[in-house]
Amino acid sequence: MNYHWDWMFFFQETDDGLKYYDWILSGLGWTTAVSLASLAVALLLGSVLGVMRTTPRRWLVGLGDAYVDVFRNVPLIVQLFMWFFVVPELVPEKLGIWMKQDLPYIVTAVVGLGLYTAARIAEQVKAGINSLSRGQRNAGLALGFTEWQTYRYVRLPMAYRIVLPALTSEAMNIFKNSAVTYAVGILELYFQYKQIIEKTSQVLEITIVVTSCYFVLAFVMNRLLAFIEARTRVPGLIVGTKGDK
Amino acid sequence: MIEIQNVSKWYGSFQVLTDCTTRVDKGEVVVVCGPSGSGKSTLIKCVNALEPFQKGSVVVDGIAVEDPKTNLPKLRSRVGMVFQHFELFPHMTITDNLAIAQVKVLGRSRDEAVERGLKLLDRVGLKAHAAKFPGQLSGGQQQRVAIARALAMDPICMLFDEPTSALDPEMINEVLDVMVQLAQEGMTMMCVTHEMGFARKVANRVIFMDRGAIVEDAAKEEFFGQPRSERAQTFLAKILNH
Repeated sequence: MNYHWDWMFFFQETDDGLKYYDWILSGLGWTTAVSLASLAVALLLGSVLGVMRTTPRRWLVGLGDAYVDVFRNVPLIVQLFMWFFVVPELVPEKLGIWMKQDLPYIVTAVVGLGLYTAARIAEQVKAGINSLSRGQRNAGLALGFTEWQTYRYVRLPMAYRIVLPALTSEAMNIFKNSAVTYAVGILELYFQYKQIIEKTSQVLEITIVVTSCYFVLAFVMNRLLAFIEARTRVPGLIVGTKGDK
Repeated sequence: MIEIQNVSKWYGSFQVLTDCTTRVDKGEVVVVCGPSGSGKSTLIKCVNALEPFQKGSVVVDGIAVEDPKTNLPKLRSRVGMVFQHFELFPHMTITDNLAIAQVKVLGRSRDEAVERGLKLLDRVGLKAHAAKFPGQLSGGQQQRVAIARALAMDPICMLFDEPTSALDPEMINEVLDVMVQLAQEGMTMMCVTHEMGFARKVANRVIFMDRGAIVEDAAKEEFFGQPRSERAQTFLAKILNH
């Protein structure tokens, strides 16, 4: 191998007076910010949609299904371009100009990534709720709970426990998917990666560092959720359906 | 207390209940029996509107459950129900299972609800298990907790939907004992069950259903002595002769 290793370049000064490691740290910060904010949006919206799709109201189910169909079947990068370039042209002119000029990029990116991931989380939340026996809902209703209270106190606490492993994958994916937002101008980790390669050609070092960053982010999220999973485990419960019709 | 009048129900074009009429008076214990698929569980779920029905009316304590203006959660909170598969909430301790609806539906304070719950838990002989989770109890124990949970709401009547059919044989009696005691204290009860021993002991009337219709609705002595319909006779012969 004829490669010239040079790990010290990270401490060299760049054109803007910062060091290369500052670029990495800044990218890491943006990646974390975009990912966590998107995850919050996705969990919230995904839960609402997942619940909608299990209610007895047909129009709510239809609305939820349509959302999932649209947002799961279009590539993430296309969805991001739509939020950045298409939607501002379709809304009233003043709002469009505001979106293009004043709305911070990160908000649009978070909305794009959040809404995309919400469709996937909606699917999991729905599956979790449907895996519970119908008798659980009936038992809640028979005690005088409203439909909403059966979700709040009976169905969602169990559904989340059941789908937590799937949600863990989603939470890890969101860090990796956030790399796509570089395409709409977010100065996150992947953007810095490309930029540093162009400037320094130290491909191997920077690849190792950036890969490690993504690995650590996803890994920390994985451990965090494994911890939550262990903390919320129900003594004596074997997860599975025990069904009343 | 419970008046069921000409209730009919369809799933699509399939009729599951045909013109069912009966009543349960205050303090009465009525046992509903019949072969599987005869509509017993469906009928009892019509009483607290867990199953909607297309024709007829069900009046509980003067309130029509099919009336769209009826506050169903409020009505249901006054009608206790026990299910075949217990349906305790698996993620909550026994204490929380007993207390949650008292707090969230009846608006009792948590202390008050826990006190009331534990009193009833003691009554069904399970006080020592208050801090456990449902998955740590046997089926019979879970069903007794489920009965205590329903009683904690101070119901005006109790519905039992095959409370012992999912239990191992040796656990059936511990649940029936609680039900017998309840009946003897004067609780109004409607029970879907095949436990004819229980029916003989405490029922005032027995209803026999077949293919969605009430075929026989008679006083206990009459039902066990000489059922009028041939269908009920063969059913009784089959389940009593072993």
